[in-house]
Order: sequence, then C-alpha cells, then structure tokens
Amino acid sequence: MLAILSDGESYGYAILKRVRALSAGELEWSDGMLYPLLHRLGRLGYVTTEWRTPPEGRRRKYYVITDAGRAALAEHQRQWVAVTRALNDAWPGSGALLTALGEA
Amino acid sequence: MENMDSQIAEWRAYVAHAPALNGHDVDELEDHLRHQIAELNAAGLTDDEAFLVAVKRMGDMDTVSREFAREHSDRLWKQLLGPAEEALPVPSGWLEALLFAAAAAVVIELARLIAGFPGEHPTWFTRNLSLFVLPFLAAYFARKRQLEPRAWFVTAAPFVLAAVVINVYPYDADSDTEILVALHLPVVLGFVVAFPYMGGSLRSHQRRMDFVRFTGEWFIYYVLIALGGGVLMALTAGIFEPAGVDVDRVAQWVLPAGAAGGVIVAAWLVESKQRVVENMAPVLTMLFTPLFAFMLACAAVVYAVTELGGAFDRDLLSVFDALLVVVLALVLYAMSAREPTTAANWMDWIQLIAVASALLLDAMVLGSMIARIGDLGFTPNRTAALGLNLVLLVNLAGAAFLSVRFLTGRSTLHRLERWQTTYLPVFALWAAAVVVVLPPLFGFS
Repeated sequence: MLAILSDGESYGYAILKRVRALSAGELEWSDGMLYPLLHRLGRLGYVTTEWRTPPEGRRRKYYVITDAGRAALAEHQRQWVAVTRALNDAWPGSGALLTALGEA
Repeated sequence: MENMDSQIAEWRAYVAHAPALNGHDVDELEDHLRHQIAELNAAGLTDDEAFLVAVKRMGDMDTVSREFAREHSDRLWKQLLGPAEEALPVPSGWLEALLFAAAAAVVIELARLIAGFPGEHPTWFTRNLSLFVLPFLAAYFARKRQLEPRAWFVTAAPFVLAAVVINVYPYDADSDTEILVALHLPVVLGFVVAFPYMGGSLRSHQRRMDFVRFTGEWFIYYVLIALGGGVLMALTAGIFEPAGVDVDRVAQWVLPAGAAGGVIVAAWLVESKQRVVENMAPVLTMLFTPLFAFMLACAAVVYAVTELGGAFDRDLLSVFDALLVVVLALVLYAMSAREPTTAANWMDWIQLIAVASALLLDAMVLGSMIARIGDLGFTPNRTAALGLNLVLLVNLAGAAFLSVRFLTGRSTLHRLERWQTTYLPVFALWAAAVVVVLPPLFGFS
C-alpha cells in the first residue's frame, strides 16, 4: 500500500483498484478491510490524510505518504529482497524468482 | 437513481451502528461503495445488481468494524453515534459490582473494629488501608475480563507480597518511612490493578492508554460519589440530630464502608458508562490546560526575576511534586482523547507552554534542593520527594522534547504516545521502590 502511495497521493477506491490490478486479482480481500489498514498507517505516521472536494462531486479523503512512510517502505523492500535472495538460493531451479522481482 | 440513494442510505445507517466507526469513516466507505456501483453500472449491471455486488465486495461489516475497533479503541470511549442509537444501553453487571463493593466494605469495617478506629489510630491500619480495598477491585476486573487461572495467580501475587513486606518490616514509632509506605502503596497496587484491567497482559500500548483513560474517569466518578455522599451525610445529620440520634456513631460506620465501596462502584460506572457519555477527564483538561499554562508561565517569570529559587525548603518541593503530577495528568488526559491523525493545533502549543514553564520552575527548585541535601544529608522524606521529582522531570522533559518535534512536523503523535505508555511502568517501579527498598535503607526510622 505504501508502494502504491509512493507513486502519488490517492484515495480509498483507487488504491484498492491498484491492489487488484497489480496482483492480477490474486491478492484480494474484502474492500472494507482496506480502511482500518489505511487508518493504521495514519496512526503510525506513515501517511497523512486530507478531505478534499473535487469539482465534480463528493467529498473524498486523500492519503499522502510521509517521509516516515517512505523510510518504512524502503526498509520493507530491503527485507523482502533479503528473503527473496535466501529463498532463491534455497530452492534450486527457481532462478527466475529474482529476475521476476527485477532485483528491487 | 432515487431508489439507489435510499438503498445506500439504509446501508449507511446499518454501518453507522458500529461504535468504532465515526461519521468520517462512514463517509469514506460510502464513497467507496458509490464508486464501485458506478463502475459496475458502466459494465452493464442494473442498479440493483450493482448495489448487491458492491455491498458483497465490501465484505462482512462485523469483521470490518471489529478491525476498526482494534485500530481505534479510543473511540469506544465516546459516543460518536447519531440519533439512531439514542436509547441508552442498560448498565449491566451492577449486581456483581455491588457484591464486590459490599465485600470491600465488610473487610474495611472488620479492620476498623479490630483497630478500634476512630477512637485509636494504630499505624498498621493506615499502612494497610489500600490492601483492604484494592484486591476487590482487581478481583472485579479479573472476573469481568474472564482471566485464566494462571492470570488470577499473577494478579494475586503482588498483593500477597505487598501484604507480607509491609507487615514484617519493624518500623520505629513515629516512623517517616511508614508514612511514606502508606502513601505509596496505593499507587503500587493501583498499577497492579492494570494487569487484570488490561485482560492479563501488559504489552499492548493501546490498552495501556485505555488504562490511563480509566484512571482519569475513575477519579472523577469517585470525587462525584464522595460529594454526593457528603451531602447525604450532612442532611442525615440535620434531620436526625433533633430526634436524638447520635449521628457521629452512624457516620463512623457509614463513611469507611462508603469510601471502600465507592472505589468499586466508580470503576463499574466507568466501565458501563464508557459508551454513553463523552469522557469528562479530557473535557476538564481542555478547560484547565490554558489556565495552568498561564499560571505557570507567570510563576516562572516571577521566580526567575525575584530569584526565589535560592530559598526552597522541603515543603516547597512537595508542592512542586504535586504540580508536576497535575501537569502530567493534563498532558496524559489531553493525549488520551486525541484523534491520532489530526494535525497539531493551538491546544498543543498551550500545553507545551505549560510543560516548559513547569520544567523551568522545577529545575530551579531541584537545583536548590540538591544543594541543601549536600548540607543536610538524605532523610527518607527528602529522598522520596526528590526521587518522585526526578521521575516526573524525566517524563515531562521527554514529552516536551517529543512534542516540539511533533509540532515542528519532525515526529508523529504516535511517538509521543509511545513515550508515555512506555514510561508508565517507571512510576510503578519508583512507588514500589519507596515501599520496599526505602524503609530498610533508612533503618525503618
């Protein structure tokens, strides 16, 4: 989610669509669960929120990633890369794993 | 489309029932739902079909609202519901609370009879007072939270330990350390109650904040009960005295029982009213923080200009201990009521002024105090006052540092909350040290 927000501010429904698209439908959870998760990121100070009314319609809550959020994202990426490297070595014949991840 | 709006309104009313969701969250969810419906409409579904699919995709709202509740346990303390849920929930569990209150009252009366209070004032009675009452409060929560047998033992152990320690120590007559024990033991045992209150685990920082909220509300309810009891006693005296009833003898029985039972009843009120009214401690905090900030800022200027700092004695240090406790309470209860995601506002600045002035004043007092101890040496009272002062000073200095960082946008409120909830055990440990270590250190004098 932080990775999605690091591309620019967004709001709930758009974030969910990105999650669906990125995971090609494989990562799917009920839509409602997205919001407690976003609020948790807010409490930890990884994102800030702002209510805005776009010209054409309803009031909407936008989420913007903070510096702390970027730092947390970088840390997670580092850990995932480490895990992937280890698994890559442990599972012979799956050399495509790292290539697929593009050496993050 | 009109039909759609009414369907969405119904769904909204249903979702709004969950206590952990406030109006903004429901707005956000509704926005999500409308988006989903619009998209499905565009894909060729009819309004009804689109609505059904969108609601289904949203997931089981019970699970979602439970997740919200886990994230926002603070909100369960306030009434954030619209007029739809005007009907007050019937306070339940009153019988259980009443039984525990009655048990505490009986125990305190027995102890009083054995001690011959108020005719005599044996020191063991004052020293053990909190041990007559607080075990019942702990047991009340242990039952209410349905603790496992092992957690019951963990809850009971500190009480037994405290009872043994404070009663085997051979205090001198007119011992200062004994008075200090009587003052600090309620604090220690109050922290012990946190264990059953938090459901048998001390790890969750959010639950710790809940315990902070509980203590504030409990204190206010207890004061209200005491006031009501006072009015009742005064009227009783006024009415029955002309009839020749010895009201003093009645008061001897009623006051201790009322004071002990009130502890449990106040806890029960906090528990059952938690969802019904806006909490009072944060409201009082809002009211008094600016006044205290003003008073403290003036005092800091006056002390600095007149150089009163040199002439402090021990009583003044106790006053400053009390002052720091109040400032800490203002900071804690203001924090406990904040929405974690809101940005810094003017109240935060005023609070910072209060804390900074208090720190400045305290630094002056502390300087002269340390100089005096150099001259006069340590006594139990001086050590206790000084230690408490240091413990509070470190806490407030940390809080001031973090809130400056928060106000300048370099840190988050979460950090500040963490600091306070992480620090809580330090208070408990200090109070425990005064009860356990200080008396032998000073030869029970």
